[in-house]
Amino acid sequence: MQRKAKQRFALALLIVGAALMLFPLWWMLVVSLETPARAGAATAGAGLMQLWPSDPQWHNYPDALAEVGTRRWDGFLDALANSIVITTLVVIATVLSSSLVAYALSRIDFRGRGVLFAVMLGTMMLPPQVTMIPLFLLFRSLGWVDSILPLIVPAFFGNAFFIFMYRQFMAQVPEALVEAARLDGCGHLEIWRRVMLPLCRPVSAITAVFTFIFVWNDFLGPLIYLHSEEKATLAIALNSFRNQYGGLEDVQYLMAVSLVTMLPCILLFFGAQRAFVEGLGKGAVKG
Amino acid sequence: MTKVTLQRLSKVYPGGVRAVDAVDLEVESGEFVVLVGPSGCGKSTTLRMVAGLEEISGGTLTIGDRVVNEVPARDRDIAMVFQSYALYPHLTVSENLAFGLERRRTHRSLLRRLLSRDYRGAAQREAEEVRAKVQRAAATLGIEPLLRRKPGALSGGQRQRVAVGRALVREPKVFLFDEPLSNLDAKLRVEMRAEIKELHRKTGATMLYVTHDQEEAMTLGDRLVVMRDGVVQQCASPREVYARPANRFVAEFVGTPAMNFITGRVELSGADARFDSPAGSFDLPPELARAAQASGPWHLGVRPDTLRVAPAGGASDERAAGAPGQASASVTLDAELRLVEDLGDRVDLRLVLRDGSRWIARRPSSERPALGAVSVVLDLGAAHLFKD
Repeated sequence: MQRKAKQRFALALLIVGAALMLFPLWWMLVVSLETPARAGAATAGAGLMQLWPSDPQWHNYPDALAEVGTRRWDGFLDALANSIVITTLVVIATVLSSSLVAYALSRIDFRGRGVLFAVMLGTMMLPPQVTMIPLFLLFRSLGWVDSILPLIVPAFFGNAFFIFMYRQFMAQVPEALVEAARLDGCGHLEIWRRVMLPLCRPVSAITAVFTFIFVWNDFLGPLIYLHSEEKATLAIALNSFRNQYGGLEDVQYLMAVSLVTMLPCILLFFGAQRAFVEGLGKGAVKG
Repeated sequence: MTKVTLQRLSKVYPGGVRAVDAVDLEVESGEFVVLVGPSGCGKSTTLRMVAGLEEISGGTLTIGDRVVNEVPARDRDIAMVFQSYALYPHLTVSENLAFGLERRRTHRSLLRRLLSRDYRGAAQREAEEVRAKVQRAAATLGIEPLLRRKPGALSGGQRQRVAVGRALVREPKVFLFDEPLSNLDAKLRVEMRAEIKELHRKTGATMLYVTHDQEEAMTLGDRLVVMRDGVVQQCASPREVYARPANRFVAEFVGTPAMNFITGRVELSGADARFDSPAGSFDLPPELARAAQASGPWHLGVRPDTLRVAPAGGASDERAAGAPGQASASVTLDAELRLVEDLGDRVDLRLVLRDGSRWIARRPSSERPALGAVSVVLDLGAAHLFKD
């Protein structure tokens, strides 16, 4: 009886928590479908919010997206394509490079391995602001400014946090599996590709989701390195749009563009939720 | 058919720990050799050096006609069955079996398969061969219904069969087994033991097998290599190791229950020898007298199944304190029977001798003496003398 009551209490708590978390999303959705007058009033707190607009203005979405950037529709489509290209490449590069480095750190016995691992972990302590200017100077000297290279190339050198996560996971894979693969004719690269990488699927899922969300929403990186409008990512385009349509009279457009920008992250998170939770558990507990 | 030769093979770990010390062994082509010994005796390290999973610190390892000290594991053409099975959990049984063969395919380039018809044809023939080999191995081991399952959905015995299948399918020069039955329950272990023996008979392959279970070693091996502290103690047929152990360690390790010992002094006078110990004193028969090369402390060992137990004073053989100079084939010692352990068809009688030595006598279950004082009759013809 007491257990049931506890369960109900926990459920109620979760529902309240979820409602609080979902409130901004719901608010954005409702405002994005309102008429300009009602949206402005809702933002200013002058009118009561409805659970669902009585007359949803679906045309707000195409209207808003067409106005992103200075070129009708092209501004949005360019930004979308840029975001997709950069995010996809960075996700693939991060998964491959981080797992490869982690394989070396966990399975290849070489002199200085411990020191290298410690140095790599040490880089996690450096705030990105510290490396921002040196990196900019480096990429500028390479002539990479106003290209997507500074945003993509570093991903091919691994990410300390994900390397650490992969390494912890790989350390738990029985040595006998690696030895069996060696006897079956695999070298290190094949062991990594055919044995380790498939076994690390939960960690790869986490790495992919985290990286996707970070890169998709990244504002500072593209702001520093991408200067031309046609090279802008969605985050940059959204910011320009906010400067243009940030007033109370056009807030429904801002909400519509914001929602479209957020949509891939939300869908990805829901889609990969199972692998995500499983991976977080596996990383921490011996599987 | 391949011969494996170990010449003064050694393994020294960083820090100077000598795990294997100058092991000499010749495994004949098609022979089944079992390395046996307690944990930490160096048997697995020896096997792993043969596999190429452990660097060789000293000596020479030859597989066939080739010295393979520096040859990587994948190029030694050997297959190994691991204690933990080491099946790839993300692959099905069929993919597990084919994994090694796929790595050895010569026509694997995707690009060339797309560009060249001949290459594509050769690649298809190779793939067919792999499929056929997997099917054959699965049929041999009776695992055909499991081919689509993943290892996680198999029982311990089934996983073990798949692990053997993975080795079998490669048709290697040498099979290595590293305690492959240790994780199975007793009944399955006995079944799989017979299957491995049968597999050896069918394939006629050279097999090197590691176990700490002396019963497994006795039943499987054409030859046993008993190891201790990285050193080979004896290398002989199971019968020979049991009947004529090279030293006390081998005598104690091989046989269940373990051999019984009393420690005493041997006094030689001409061709005669007398054994004196707190448990009893008696003359040794000529063959044991010859075995005792010098006067001094010796251990006398007797197998539990060669002992007879009679009620106290009931044995008619020479008493342990009998007259010197009259060696008899058997001798009687006084003991106390403390416990009778019923094993169904036989009983283990736990005895304590006068000097405090704890012995076990294994007798048919029909013989069940009363607890208390008894006489233990030793057949000296079946006894052994060890210096240390």
